[in-house]
Amino acid sequence: MSHEPLDVLAAARWRVAIALTVAMMVVYFGFILLVAFNKPLLGTRVAAGLSLGMLLGALVIITAWVLTWIYVRWANTHYDTAIAGMRK
Amino acid sequence: MTSTLGQPNVITIAWFAVFIVLSLAITVWAARKTRSTDHFYAAGRTVSALQNGLALAGDYMSAASFLGIAGLVALSGFDGLIYSVGWLVGWPIVMFLIAEPLRNLGRYTFADVVAFRLRQVPVRIAASIGSLAVVSFYLIAQMVGAGNLISLLFGLPYESAVIIVGGVMLAYVLFGGMIATTWVQIVKAVLLLGGASALALLVLARFSFNPLALFEQAATVYGAGVLEPGRLVTDPLDAVSLGLALMLGTAGLPHILMRFYTVPDARTARKSVGYATAFIGFFYLLTFILGFGAMVIIGRDAIASLDPGGNMAAPLLAEGVGGTPFLGFIAAVAFATILAVVAGLTLSGAATLSHDLWVNVFRGGHADEREQLLVAKVATILLATLSIVLGIMFKGQNVAYMVGLAFAIAASANFPALVLSIFWSRLTTAGAQASMLVGTLSTVVLIALSPTIQIDILRNTEAWFPLRNPGLVTIPLAFVVAIGVSLLRPVPLEEERFRLAARRLLLGVE
Repeated sequence: MSHEPLDVLAAARWRVAIALTVAMMVVYFGFILLVAFNKPLLGTRVAAGLSLGMLLGALVIITAWVLTWIYVRWANTHYDTAIAGMRK
Repeated sequence: MTSTLGQPNVITIAWFAVFIVLSLAITVWAARKTRSTDHFYAAGRTVSALQNGLALAGDYMSAASFLGIAGLVALSGFDGLIYSVGWLVGWPIVMFLIAEPLRNLGRYTFADVVAFRLRQVPVRIAASIGSLAVVSFYLIAQMVGAGNLISLLFGLPYESAVIIVGGVMLAYVLFGGMIATTWVQIVKAVLLLGGASALALLVLARFSFNPLALFEQAATVYGAGVLEPGRLVTDPLDAVSLGLALMLGTAGLPHILMRFYTVPDARTARKSVGYATAFIGFFYLLTFILGFGAMVIIGRDAIASLDPGGNMAAPLLAEGVGGTPFLGFIAAVAFATILAVVAGLTLSGAATLSHDLWVNVFRGGHADEREQLLVAKVATILLATLSIVLGIMFKGQNVAYMVGLAFAIAASANFPALVLSIFWSRLTTAGAQASMLVGTLSTVVLIALSPTIQIDILRNTEAWFPLRNPGLVTIPLAFVVAIGVSLLRPVPLEEERFRLAARRLLLGVE
């Protein structure tokens, strides 16, 4: 295992990418499996006109936004700085 | 309520004419700037992050998602929303795993990346088979959809509709290349997002801008069941399989991947996926309102009587809340939507035929700029003609499964090889090649044996393979084949070259 700055950065990028990918998959397939296995739970009303299923569906879309935003922020600050340092 | 849908009227035709004139003007402007292959395939790599974000959204949001999902929600309530969610979740994956490495390692097609440190000819041939399969099935689905929709919306005969779409799209791609395609996609995305937002606002205005009041009204009229999971997802394995294909297929669609070459660098590619995810997610959230709005304001019977699939829900809703002028506008937006998607597909198919197969396989990478452009244009004419012919051949047939098939092939043939070539140093030429071929072949065979083909289309009583979407089997299979074949016969030279690829993946061209 070498410890050149480029390898360290590649490993960091790989870790962030995998963690966020796994998070997105857990949230999305969690939702799908709930739809498949626990329909009564998702049919519960959380407010007049809003079932838990609809709320969670909207939250999956919002999760996709948030995870994407986290990655862009991480890359814009940490990753780009490290790359700029290495180019010099 | 009587609808003027399907009867040509002045306002609809005026909107239609405005869009055609505007997009052809863009094409004329783009044609003057298209001088090299970098312009033709990659818009000169000068597209900004916001522009590419809009163009990605314009390339991805097809008429199927605008009209189809709104209709599905209008007719089946909550179950339709499962699709709204599924179509978005691939975008974060594109962001985390694909966009930046692709921009740094490739030039025009995703095969550039897979072939980067492997042997060019076998990898490009295998990648072309997968790409062309995805593009063909996706194009057939779009052309047949275009024929049906345009004859419903404007009252044109099916064949004329297919020929008009094919002809106009050919003009964009042939003369304006990626520059014209990009701007048509941007205009379409702005029109679609604007039109859908305006429609949602007009609906919400009737419910004191409270979406929950709209949903509650739907539950009062059609029963509480419309807000709850129904019969759409009965088999959990099928649901996960479709979900997997939608998610990973998005990250393997050749026409989407190609767009990352139009931006100047990896940083811009990253930002453009951020914009695309925001726009596409916003659009799918709007489908909640449009679908339930059509259910309450237009009524299920009125929607189903015009088209049993519910595709006319959004246009009917536009007429219901905004009258004939708004209907005309939404119909023109649906037309623009189809054109932008088929143009993107045709351009990526042409890039595969000319850049991957002609230049890098038949000519061994040695073809001058003039020849490359000429071959790209011949390939464009070929693909546009083929799509018109196939569109007419498949008239009246059920082609809804073809979009699912295209996503399943993209997820099984393109995604595993692409991801492994980026992240796994021991991938070999034979491993990548076997993975792409097995991914394509197994997907096509399993779809042919699935209930979709065997029961729904061939009217057999049972199917040999239980899943409607084979992703759950074919995606892991493609990964296993790639890893197994690579480990069986390691190629040290290709592994050594991974260091070079890894360096360029992070730093770009130095």
